Amino acid sequence: MVTNFQSHYIPNTPAEQDDLLAAIGLRNIDELFADIPDGYRNPTLELPAPLSELEIQRELNELAARNRPLASGPSFLGAGSYHHFIPSIVKAIMTRGEFLTAYTPYQPEVSQGTLQVIFEFQTMISALYGMEVANAGMYDGATSVAEAVLMACRVTRRQQVIVADTVSPAYRQVIATYCQAQGITIDITPADQVTGAITEATAGIVAQYPNFYGSLEDLQALGEAAHADGALLVVSADPLAMGMLKPPGEFGADIVTGEGQPLGIPPSFGGPYLGLFSCKQQYIRQMPSRLVGRTTDTEGRTGYVLTLQTREQHIRRERATSNICTNEALYALASSIYLAAMGRNGLRQAAELCYHKAHYAAAEIGKLDGYSLPQSGAFFQEFVVSCPQPPAEVNRRLMERNILGGLDVSDRFDNGMLLCVTEMNTRAEIDALVSALSEIA
Amino acid sequence: MLNKGGNRDTTRMLMDRSVSGRVGVITPELDVPAAPPLDAAYLRDSLPLPEVSEPEVVQYFTSLSQLNFSIDTHFYPLGSCTMKYNPKVNDEVAFLPGFAGIHPQQPAEQSQGALELLYRLQEFLTEVTGMSATSLATLAGAHGELAGVLMMRAYHLARGDSGRTKMGIPDSAHGTNPASAAMAGFDVVTIPSDADGNTDLAALREIAGDDLAGVMITLPSTLGLFDSHILEVCQVVHECGGLVYGDGANMNALLGRAKLGELGFDVCHLNLHKTFSTPHGGGGPGAGPVCCGEILAPYLAAPVVERVVDPGNGAGEFTLSEPAESIGKISGFHGNFGVLVRAYTYIRTLGAAGLQSISGNAVLNANYIMHALKDIYALPYDRTCMHEVVFSADRQRERGVSGLEVAKRLLDYGFHAPTMYFPLIVHEALMIEPTESETKETLDAFIDALRAIDAEATTEPELVQHAPHSTPVSRLDEATAARRPVLRWEPAAAD
Repeated sequence: MVTNFQSHYIPNTPAEQDDLLAAIGLRNIDELFADIPDGYRNPTLELPAPLSELEIQRELNELAARNRPLASGPSFLGAGSYHHFIPSIVKAIMTRGEFLTAYTPYQPEVSQGTLQVIFEFQTMISALYGMEVANAGMYDGATSVAEAVLMACRVTRRQQVIVADTVSPAYRQVIATYCQAQGITIDITPADQVTGAITEATAGIVAQYPNFYGSLEDLQALGEAAHADGALLVVSADPLAMGMLKPPGEFGADIVTGEGQPLGIPPSFGGPYLGLFSCKQQYIRQMPSRLVGRTTDTEGRTGYVLTLQTREQHIRRERATSNICTNEALYALASSIYLAAMGRNGLRQAAELCYHKAHYAAAEIGKLDGYSLPQSGAFFQEFVVSCPQPPAEVNRRLMERNILGGLDVSDRFDNGMLLCVTEMNTRAEIDALVSALSEIA
Repeated sequence: MLNKGGNRDTTRMLMDRSVSGRVGVITPELDVPAAPPLDAAYLRDSLPLPEVSEPEVVQYFTSLSQLNFSIDTHFYPLGSCTMKYNPKVNDEVAFLPGFAGIHPQQPAEQSQGALELLYRLQEFLTEVTGMSATSLATLAGAHGELAGVLMMRAYHLARGDSGRTKMGIPDSAHGTNPASAAMAGFDVVTIPSDADGNTDLAALREIAGDDLAGVMITLPSTLGLFDSHILEVCQVVHECGGLVYGDGANMNALLGRAKLGELGFDVCHLNLHKTFSTPHGGGGPGAGPVCCGEILAPYLAAPVVERVVDPGNGAGEFTLSEPAESIGKISGFHGNFGVLVRAYTYIRTLGAAGLQSISGNAVLNANYIMHALKDIYALPYDRTCMHEVVFSADRQRERGVSGLEVAKRLLDYGFHAPTMYFPLIVHEALMIEPTESETKETLDAFIDALRAIDAEATTEPELVQHAPHSTPVSRLDEATAARRPVLRWEPAAAD
């Protein structure tokens, strides 16, 4: 017999529970669980004792205090998760209960808020990437590009994909995980050899823009080479960089995915984030996950519905284009609020701030004795620095000055550190980094 | 009924509102020397985003929010979705700068608090499910399913058992189960349910052979029933060398009442956005941790959190690690951390007794609704239900009113619709899940509404057939939406 515990999340009192039990002719709640076999019912559950809200806040504050937030000092770590400004209105709106505590909009008559937001989101993501269609239903940047690989194979009915070695290592690993049971061959190829590696068996090629090490690759050449052999160009692109960069759609990309986190989503130790996914119109019936379409109601009023659902798991089951159900709709809302507020000019200004500050930092660090910039060519907000000592050691000594350094990429560049500079970094922070690096050398 | 609180216009989209020169956010001045411009080949010519001011953004989105039903504003008995109250403290702690403001690749010594929280949550979920190990890396229920079935595949292959190509899935299963099995390369074999709504054991025995990789079982089933054959199901599958996957979507019924690991399941996922009260957000984020027994633990998705103890001083340090035979990395970083913080907070708030009270009240409320309505709504399986009850609107259908129409009419009464036409094996299915967090008064009002709608089906069937009447829009033309898809805003065509 389980002791009854009156939680503040359960309104009915023991007396009211007894009324409900009486109405169904039972004496206690345990009788409801008689179908559970004897010996397996009411197992011991070893969990810590319950806490009051005051105590739980104290415990969580103590755990949080043992982490170093990015805002607590100069931070130059990017590599797939970025420190960008988030206007106050994003949190204020996204935490409204009407958005926060609604389900997936299966009942369109009482979900027009969520549906219209998703339609706005699809519109703005298509615009950012220069693509015809965007969905609203991917988990994160890594899984979006993995789903794009699967889709490229469906579209072309081919089973080989070339992934540039300048694509995020995490993305490459997730692609491998998603493809392990599909009979798809993944060839990781040096970025400058991708065009030469494409054959008539190639379903698609995958590039990142800017690439994981910050550089801008020649998407035009990749697209032309892919299309010459009937393969698709899949690009994973930083959506905030699209504030200034020519979008992959204008280079002929067939599927463009991305990590939506830069658009108003906090770094939050890696999630929840937001997968972005867009493609050419001709491929929409092969797209994974949710799409919202505009239509009219019985009185001719404009309204929005989930559409092309015959692609999805709840209709098509094992023949669905993906198994995705719950995804990251709340963060599609967050990024829609962000993009609406930033707008045409704000997003460009934010991107340009990142660009100029990163270039200032790179130029200053490049002047230091012992440091060099191993990559030439165009970049956006990230760049690799070759350090005079192992990056782990440099980072340790930076942290002594409360500066969070970059990602260790010494597996690819000699003592390489991948630094990221965004609009959050003031000139004083950049100068502090440069001066600290100079002392460490 | 939906009473819209404000009168701001929501018919014009952001691009319709855009006025050149309006500013939503002011960015700081550049404080470093400008760099040489980027090669023009990389620069975009135009950026077709809106130009709207901050007040307009707030007013527009707030007004849109008021077009939604939500748990905070309406009873939301959507079966299989566990739309329970989402505690506000969980959101508050997830937004702490020490959680929301940390980078996933900071060195471990700068994120010990976060890693310890994840470690403890792994232990809690392992305990709740009666398993041996947990990975938190999967981002939703279906994502957990994919990881779980890939683990089953990897286990068989590691033993050189490469002929196991089939995955048995009950006819009542969620669509994600067959879709996930297909993504892991399996051929799906459907297992029928018997007359009592349990797994048909004879049919299971027929497919149990050396080509069966395993089965995916939802417990309680999507019929809202605890499968009273569950021990035999696990036994039959294990005897043929297969593994049993548990879809934890309905775990709200079993918290502290039964452990999947003890019943014989080898691996399962949990939906933290259902059972552990993290907000559904209009379709996510969720989290779908995978818990498994000892034999599958080496195959868990990476990363998992480990506690490394210094033998010298006994001090523990938390680190991320990859299980020995991991199916690999399945998401960008370490899982949906913000969701995991909320679920941790929920479990710490409730403890064992609280979790048992959750399942007890969730099941009690569902049975209360079942008893109060089964005289007028057909009950295909007349036995004690778990956290949800599945009716059929067959008797209303005889009077010309479908299950869909009953559900739509409920919207006029101010209640979200139940899940309709699922599971597929019940005609005109109406699947109702009240959860533990509703009052007796709400349950009674909902029961009264469904009785009133049944009466309307006799007296005014047209009223029900054309419902809803009081919502911001009426029935929408989904056929045209799919036939001629309009998926983004376009400027109005010039005449």
